[in-house]
Amino acid sequence: MSAVELEHIVKTYQDGGVTAVKDFSLKVNEGELFGLIGPDGAGKTTIFRILTTLILADSGRASVNGYDVVEDYNEIRKRVGYMPGRFSLYQDLTVAENLHFFATVFKTTIEENYDMIRDIYEQIEPFKDRRAGKLSGGMKQKLALCCALIHKPEVLFLDEPTTGVDAVSRKEFWQMLDQLKKHGITMLVSTPYMDEAVRCDRIALMQQGSILAMDSPEQLVRSFSGKLYQAKSEQKHRLLKDLRKHPQVVDTYSFGEYLHLRTSNDSKEVLEALKQELLVQGHEQLVMEECAPTIEDCFIRLLNQE
Amino acid sequence: MEREKVIYARNLEKRFGDFIAVNKISFEVESGEIFGFLGANGAGKTTAMRMLSGLSIPSSGEALVAGFDVYKFPEKIKQNIGYMSQKFSLYEDLTVRENIHFFSGIYGLSKQEIERRGKEMIEKLGLEKEADKLVRDLPLGWKQKLAFSVAILHEPKLVFLDEPTSGVDPVTRRQFWDLIYDASDKGITVFITTHYMDEAEYCDRISIMVDGVIEAMDSPFKLKQHFGVTSMDEVFQILARQAKRSDN
Repeated sequence: MSAVELEHIVKTYQDGGVTAVKDFSLKVNEGELFGLIGPDGAGKTTIFRILTTLILADSGRASVNGYDVVEDYNEIRKRVGYMPGRFSLYQDLTVAENLHFFATVFKTTIEENYDMIRDIYEQIEPFKDRRAGKLSGGMKQKLALCCALIHKPEVLFLDEPTTGVDAVSRKEFWQMLDQLKKHGITMLVSTPYMDEAVRCDRIALMQQGSILAMDSPEQLVRSFSGKLYQAKSEQKHRLLKDLRKHPQVVDTYSFGEYLHLRTSNDSKEVLEALKQELLVQGHEQLVMEECAPTIEDCFIRLLNQE
Repeated sequence: MEREKVIYARNLEKRFGDFIAVNKISFEVESGEIFGFLGANGAGKTTAMRMLSGLSIPSSGEALVAGFDVYKFPEKIKQNIGYMSQKFSLYEDLTVRENIHFFSGIYGLSKQEIERRGKEMIEKLGLEKEADKLVRDLPLGWKQKLAFSVAILHEPKLVFLDEPTSGVDPVTRRQFWDLIYDASDKGITVFITTHYMDEAEYCDRISIMVDGVIEAMDSPFKLKQHFGVTSMDEVFQILARQAKRSDN
């Protein structure tokens, strides 16, 4: 049995005027850390809201641990944890009060499931009497995670937990998820940051309500066909413009310190000829070499094929 | 020839009671430069940006922005800068064309200028088909490109971009950077914050704030060299991990 299953889910808003999710199918295995990777408008939040039984799909079927989102919505609500994208705790209750409230709602106590949240809660415990509204962004996030976990859910839904968070806190958050994995909890997490995709067991790359590709991050990168090159020179922006104009260059874009590019055929001769031309055009300190593609390269290629 | 200083800050400080949000920062940004203003959450970036854009009076220190003193001429500063935030800065229930006309009017452009620049902008962004659609119905990436174009429509000396590409897809994010490069080529100074560390590499110079202080400031190349690492992400991790503060 899959922990999460979506079959041909369609969801539209505004009387069918806006399609949020198109014929969406997905299976998440028990204990898996599964990532929905995509920008705003990809349909990630809609998927979460359908699975947490907050909205109904127009058509299609969805289930969580075998429970149907329509028939058995009450069972699902008992068994899942949900951390929405927007901070949704009670701002004028303290840290401890919020946690106690969520435990009570799920007919449990903080003590009963403390082992689940210990590592995370200890970090915010010094502020347990502070009102949630007065917490920093990073601490709010930790509290929200504790509240989503306090009833020991079988499946945890995390909608963009790292959006707007700095690169250090983002790394810390993923370390917390790694810890949670050891408890055997199934997690479905969404993010617009492509570099976070490698932290997942499997991912779905999403755009405008559809899945562009779905696999393990390693396998997705491996299936990137053809060669990818990285290039840089003293004048990076001019290099980008020159490469874009070149007939042998299929695709080129900035990628951190380098530009990434593909050529019309992967032969050494084409690459050498290209290098020579760029040197003639006055590019200094030119570097151009083969490089390994990342998830972001895969995503860009899929978007360009659309 | 020395390039014009568009931002000049000396010991710029902002206190809220006992809390020192920005602790005597000093730096300069030159005309046409793309300046990346990075920092951990709560490091004081937003407070610093608010002082530099004439929205918040500093507690002490000096700052000149676009040639104007932040204490004496905050209104002049507002007229000479552009600003775009992570939260969308256009009117959702106006069309693309109406937004452009509205902001052109605010910036005091003449009727003919409004017509001409509006047409130019819609063509440049490839929004001909969407020109009469409500902005609400545009994908986020297009909105952000439009918001940026509107923020520099009055050709300011300096534009502040506060996490402009947050949540934008990787292709559109790069198109957004093309617009930034174009603006910089025209001599507009770009002051930008981002959580995408690959975008830090696209800046001419970077400053990294930690707990109200600028801990490091240089070109991405020199920063990486200095810390003996190969990416700006590593530089950021080294500096921001020392942060004691995480408030925002």
